[in-house]
Amino acid sequence: MAMTYLEAVRETLRQEMRRDARIIIYGEDVGVRGGVFRATEGLQDEFGEDRVMDSPLAESAIIGTAIGAAINGLRPVPEIQFADFIFPAVNQIVQEAARIRYRSNGTFGVPIVIRAPYGGGIHGALYHSQSIEAFFAHVPGLKVVMPATPYDVKGLLAASIEDEDPVLFLEHKGAYRSIRGDVPDERYLIPLGEAEVKREGTDVSIISWGMTVNSSLKAAENLAKQGVSVEVLDLRTIRPLDTEAILKTAKKTGKVLVVHEDNLTGGFGGEVSALIAEHALFHLDAPIRRLAGPDVPAMPYAPSLEHAFLVTPEKIEAAAKDLAAF
Amino acid sequence: MADVSEGLTPEVLMDMYYHMVLARVLDDRMWVMNRLGRAPVVYSSNGHEATQVASAFALDRGHDWVVPYYRDLALVLAMGMTPRDVFLHLMGRADDPNSGGRQMPAHWGSVDLKILTTGSVVTTQMMHAAGIALAAKLKHEPTVAMATFGEGSTSQGDFHEALNFAAVMKLPAIFLNENNGYAISVPARKQMAVPDVAARAQGYGIPGVVVDGNDPIKVFEAVRAAAVRARAGEGPTLIEAKTYRFVPHSSDDDDRAYRSREEVAEAKKHDPLVVFEQELREQHLLDDAQHKAVLDRAKAAVDDATEFADTAPDPDPSTLGRHVYHEAVL
Repeated sequence: MAMTYLEAVRETLRQEMRRDARIIIYGEDVGVRGGVFRATEGLQDEFGEDRVMDSPLAESAIIGTAIGAAINGLRPVPEIQFADFIFPAVNQIVQEAARIRYRSNGTFGVPIVIRAPYGGGIHGALYHSQSIEAFFAHVPGLKVVMPATPYDVKGLLAASIEDEDPVLFLEHKGAYRSIRGDVPDERYLIPLGEAEVKREGTDVSIISWGMTVNSSLKAAENLAKQGVSVEVLDLRTIRPLDTEAILKTAKKTGKVLVVHEDNLTGGFGGEVSALIAEHALFHLDAPIRRLAGPDVPAMPYAPSLEHAFLVTPEKIEAAAKDLAAF
Repeated sequence: MADVSEGLTPEVLMDMYYHMVLARVLDDRMWVMNRLGRAPVVYSSNGHEATQVASAFALDRGHDWVVPYYRDLALVLAMGMTPRDVFLHLMGRADDPNSGGRQMPAHWGSVDLKILTTGSVVTTQMMHAAGIALAAKLKHEPTVAMATFGEGSTSQGDFHEALNFAAVMKLPAIFLNENNGYAISVPARKQMAVPDVAARAQGYGIPGVVVDGNDPIKVFEAVRAAAVRARAGEGPTLIEAKTYRFVPHSSDDDDRAYRSREEVAEAKKHDPLVVFEQELREQHLLDDAQHKAVLDRAKAAVDDATEFADTAPDPDPSTLGRHVYHEAVL
């Protein structure tokens, strides 16, 4: 049935909680209010205050206690209200959750799913618009999931909850209500680490993840009318990374445009580019191109500035067209 | 109110004493290994034995969780870790049950013994204890989680967040502060503007208890009372055990730089091993022959551990990349 990205998040949480009594949700405003984006709306009514809890306003505590609860047998799905607010919890995520399996020689594990809305375009300014994936993709022991569509939200969230390791599940705020799609009623899993070709093409490959996949698909649609055939590869998870799918599309078209909303320098696009340069250089017909958020500290508030920051379908279209003509 | 001294039979008192002696003998041997160049670094429980052993004994061991920090050698021994385990860990051997040789010494952890794996960034563990307690509460299990930490940790934000979270949610947790007066070289008066860590409890609406950390009976009673309270659904307790560390922070530290020999000598008059030995002699539970028997038993266990770990295999370099993520059982 057709639903929004946000509804896919909520209905997947509901389905998973019905299936597995170990799942608990907590965070800031997730209970009575159902979350500031309503991602958990109605869940406390159905599952009670023990399983859907409003917690003190403290990100390090939300994640730190989730680690302990996971070790004592639960499946916590804590919410960080905005991805921008995750930084007080970085110590617990990076030093603890991600390293616990390794440092205990495989004897302890931390099966938690940290949901966090990321990204801009909703007038959220510097501290409600950030893309944070590159910080966390650097960390072995973590998994970083960034769905683009309602269908992928469902399969990836269910797989993340079932995963034995800590997962950072990044939901794009702009996608919550603007992206709709068909989602089957029955439960299904999308394995973490499998990219998907969202559109086949032959002239240029766009490699992206999260919301910019949707923008890339719009650009590809427009370019098709102009006779440019664009392939769009959605990574879906950036750790684990589907290296094979990246190299396959790079070799197929010989022209690669990597697109993300996060800042350019040190962004995950650098990793994707390096992989292609290392393993597929002689299949390329043009230099790899990156289109990303500019190197300014974060997205500004005024609409004119916000728009100037955003990686829009128009910018992607122009970059892909330029690359196709190389 | 349950009798908090219940269970302190002569046999249990002697078992506590044995574990305190074992920790000291093992600790001393680790320093010898370090000075021989056989162990890169050592962290001691030397001076903290009464607090650590008695607090473990006050829990339901095998069922309750402890979430320790690097000072807790005597605690983990009392929870069931063996001298062999400790030496395998000290020497970074493949069969180190704490970490398989991955972590530096004193980074304890054992699923079987309910000792949570620990990192090096102080105070994170308080949150993990709160989380274990949260799960226990939601599962309606009578489990208690006890976190330990130094007084330096009370300066961290995680200290506040853990106490507040556990207090608001009325979690079955015990926060046991081992206050030895120093965070490496920095004295407690530079960490906090109040004399007692326990005073902080008032701000969270939970009991804060100061106890003589060199007296195992007092520590046992305080921790047992907190455990009873936790299991009754009444929430967490902050306990401050005032004690002293008789040796430097680690084998790489030189405490002469920050405290006088006179101060250390004065503190040693309250050495928990000496205090408890006197107490047991007064109760006619210990005589010279028994005292010697306890020491001999501890030394034999430590000799065995030293020898055992000495010839144990190192981790295979090919295992470097293992256990980054869950490995499916084949």
